[in-house]
Amino acid sequence: MSALIHPARRRSARSVLWHVGALVVLALVLYPLFWVLGSSLKPNEDIVGGLELFPTQPVFEHYRKLMDGIADIPVSTFFVNSLVLAFGSVAGVLFSCSLAAYAFARIDFRGRNLLFSLMIGTLLLPYHVLIIPQYVLFQKMELINTYVPLLLGKYLATDAFFVFLMMQFMRNLPRELDEAARLDGCGHPRIYWHIMLPLCRPALITSSIFTFIWSWNDFLGPLLYLNEPDKYPVSMGLKMFIDQDSAADYGGMVAMSVLALLPVLAFFLAFQRYLVEGAATSGLKG
Amino acid sequence: MTDIRTAPAPSPPDGGSAPRKAPAAPARRRARGENLAGYLFMSPWIVGFLLLTAGPMLASLYLAFTDYNLFDSPRFVGFENFTEMFSDPRWRKSVEVTTSYVLVGTPLKLAAALAVALLLNKERRGQGFYRAAFYAPSLVGASVSVAIVWRALFSDDAVVDRSLQVFGVHLGGWIGDPDMVIYALVALTVWQFGAPMVIFLAGLQQVPRELYEAAQMDGASAWRRFCSITLPMISPVLFFNLLLETIHSFQIFASAYVVTNSKCGPADAGLVYTCYLYEQGWTNLRMGYASAMAWMLLVSVGLVTAVLFWSQRRWVHYEEDVR
Repeated sequence: MSALIHPARRRSARSVLWHVGALVVLALVLYPLFWVLGSSLKPNEDIVGGLELFPTQPVFEHYRKLMDGIADIPVSTFFVNSLVLAFGSVAGVLFSCSLAAYAFARIDFRGRNLLFSLMIGTLLLPYHVLIIPQYVLFQKMELINTYVPLLLGKYLATDAFFVFLMMQFMRNLPRELDEAARLDGCGHPRIYWHIMLPLCRPALITSSIFTFIWSWNDFLGPLLYLNEPDKYPVSMGLKMFIDQDSAADYGGMVAMSVLALLPVLAFFLAFQRYLVEGAATSGLKG
Repeated sequence: MTDIRTAPAPSPPDGGSAPRKAPAAPARRRARGENLAGYLFMSPWIVGFLLLTAGPMLASLYLAFTDYNLFDSPRFVGFENFTEMFSDPRWRKSVEVTTSYVLVGTPLKLAAALAVALLLNKERRGQGFYRAAFYAPSLVGASVSVAIVWRALFSDDAVVDRSLQVFGVHLGGWIGDPDMVIYALVALTVWQFGAPMVIFLAGLQQVPRELYEAAQMDGASAWRRFCSITLPMISPVLFFNLLLETIHSFQIFASAYVVTNSKCGPADAGLVYTCYLYEQGWTNLRMGYASAMAWMLLVSVGLVTAVLFWSQRRWVHYEEDVR
């Protein structure tokens, strides 16, 4: 029977069916994100249990109330703190990881293989083995309640994922480039700065965006190291909302969640090609 | 760039005819220069490795055998922390909760990732859009925002509960139910299937088309083609995803902590391993016990990794085997 239908039409029917199927799965997957957006515009009593995704009459009171801040701290403080941490992390990762990546990719020094295996080993090491002694170390150095514990590692290339990502990228660049530069009398610093870094821009962008998003989402680090609310980043500001939930102010919590998600989603929309490809080629975790 | 003719002559190539024992002076100087440059470029990483990885690992190994409350100096107690662990019912509970989370969550997540990857593998318009959109949850999944959303979705009489009631299933809220809270956490990890999915997609694109065409000529069904071609051909990617996701799952913290209202409850049903580690270390200030727990985690993850690597001989097919 299907043989009677023109093959081209059959193909397009299957294609429509495929798109319908893919969109249904996608709607299911993205539902929680739409839910939080819709709920932030609902009156408190409709948030949990209200079945329609978006309210027919949106209310903006939750966002307006957020402007008053939480526990006498303006919400903007959390955002400024998060931005400082995120951009500080990005600068550190770009600086330290690209140096190490260049050394692994292009310098033939003794002990390189050993250092490389050590670096790969840290990729698989559960972070929790390190947090206690690291905490003790920073406590002894009286750096608790500063941003140093949250940033130092970024400047010391402890994010081996990015070293690996940048190294893979550099390895694929033609060797002739450095050789030509070498003939012209360039040393490693100039080859690194003038040739490798500009050509590695895609890898650097990928690493920056991931660093930004991970830093923005980080919860355990600030939970351990920060104890004054005016130093909290957004993730800890959200926790303050949860902790005072006696009144069940779901509206404020949900509105703040939306604001916290916005920068990540904006970066994602702008750079999704880099992010998805970076994740696919290096096995990065989101 | 300077004119090539004015550039100094390249130093003679190392190796080849040059005798190994006594390299020419410029080559030796150059090798020393390379070593110096290498270590200079590596210096941030080396400092970081010693200060923040290797040093802490040794310290944590030492602390695991001590009683340490952060203020008094550590007191050596031998294997006491470890023997205490095995008789500690809450520790055993945390192992149980984490094991079931890993055992249920990881296969489901990989299955979802593979299913959607297969769906997206066909060349269709909008492929890039779908791929990116399905990846989005992986980026925000670990955030406190999403944990808050999860609490709301899975609470009593909320969306998930009501949707299930449509099918005649009445489970109530998952978050407050000791039997169900772990599945709310599993659902959260499965929801982030986008990261393994993009890796699966990259693997699927490497499978040669000819294999499918030949199999189709021989009359192999779609299921047969999946089992005999797709699965073996992507088994290295499957292995990679399995390894990564398993190691990752063992370390779940933020989502469990926030979804369960920072209590890891109810009745310790959400007490994942790291939640208990955090509680022992920072609430009870038992840094020695927490260090011992961390080492048990490291050893367990190491063992699981070793078992996975051992098992791959049986089911992972690399190119060489096929030829």
